[in-house]
Amino acid sequence: MANDNSGHTTGTQVPGAAGHADVFPPFDANNFAPQLVWLALTFGALYLLMSKIALPRVAGILDARSTKISSELDSAKHIQTQAAEAGRVYEQVLSDGKAHAQTLTQNTQNQMTIESDAKRRALEAELNAKLVAAEKQIAGIRDSAMANVEDIARGAASAIVKQLTGKSPDDDSVAKAVSAARQG
Amino acid sequence: MAAQEQAIDPIHQFNIERLAHFNVGGVDASFTNASVFMIVVTALVSLLMLAGTSQRSLVPSRMQAAAEMAYEFVAGTVRGSIGHEGMRFFPLVFSLFMFVLFSNMLGLVPYTFTVTSQIIVTFAFAAIVIGTVIVYGVVRNGAHFLHLFVPSGVPALLMPFIVLIEIISFISRPVSLSVRLFANMLAGHITLKVFGGFVALMLGAGGFAAFLAPLPMAAIVLLTAFELLVAVLQAYVFAILTCVYLNDAIHPGH
Repeated sequence: MANDNSGHTTGTQVPGAAGHADVFPPFDANNFAPQLVWLALTFGALYLLMSKIALPRVAGILDARSTKISSELDSAKHIQTQAAEAGRVYEQVLSDGKAHAQTLTQNTQNQMTIESDAKRRALEAELNAKLVAAEKQIAGIRDSAMANVEDIARGAASAIVKQLTGKSPDDDSVAKAVSAARQG
Repeated sequence: MAAQEQAIDPIHQFNIERLAHFNVGGVDASFTNASVFMIVVTALVSLLMLAGTSQRSLVPSRMQAAAEMAYEFVAGTVRGSIGHEGMRFFPLVFSLFMFVLFSNMLGLVPYTFTVTSQIIVTFAFAAIVIGTVIVYGVVRNGAHFLHLFVPSGVPALLMPFIVLIEIISFISRPVSLSVRLFANMLAGHITLKVFGGFVALMLGAGGFAAFLAPLPMAAIVLLTAFELLVAVLQAYVFAILTCVYLNDAIHPGH
């Protein structure tokens, strides 16, 4: 080491002596110039590489990432509002449908009620008519029966009178007497 | 004998070996072992920051994540101590931090040379920082930059005294900045080497001493861990003090 240096240094070191013994190497002024030159070269290169290429690139990466994340978050938010909107529309459609179904049911029910009422009424009218006809028939039958009863009564009365008196009464008086007895 | 002396000489590791001789305009620009490691450090930082980020992945690879972490760590330090305006100095602080950090870390590998264990290197960094502070401070603030030495709210009687202290404090900054890093690296490496020398000497002595040789070996293991901490910490201290000094250039009025 010292022997290597001694041949080339400018002469502050004693040739042949141990180099570190007379000058502590970091304080050896002969070593300053080459270190400064190479430090300037290397650090200058590093500074240029970092400031011109590496740091803008990393900044770009970080910026792109944060932009990406925020845009993704934005689109997620957008999709969320869309989903909420769709949900709202769905609820709307559902409640509309429910209301529609309800009115439809109501209408059908009303319709059916009306129809069945009409049918019932028609049926009732028919039945009433039948009832009236039947009553009329019954009344006719009764009247004719009653007329028959008078005839029978008259015949019976004239027969009774003939049996009792031996002579047949005239029809007019028998009729009068029968109707008088029926009235009474 | 010479080889053995060299093996346990704790100062040997700081020697500058000229590997190729150059002389540019009377300036000794020889390619030395220090130059080799300066290039290695530059290459390693560039590898991390350029090769690591070449994919520009949205989801970063391991190396890109490391590069991004370094970026955000230094950017956070700069923003925290100077503010957003300080980002103009971000490339400088970042380059300084990465160069010092990689130099310190690389120096812990056996048989390597620690670039930052040379006072001239750390002083050059300090000079860059203080030079930037002065040049930017004067260009930006003009005469107002001198308010750096005249704190407000000081009684007139005390003012000359305070101004003197401020000036001394300002002048001592590059010295303290460079000596702090240099001395930490130097002392740590000397300590490691001395303990390593103990191991060699004790084993060489044989007998009971050789039996005790694992003790300094264990100490080296612990010291290496400690030096790892110092290496990172000193790089961070250098970066944050750079930020503090640059802050003075932007806001000289305290």
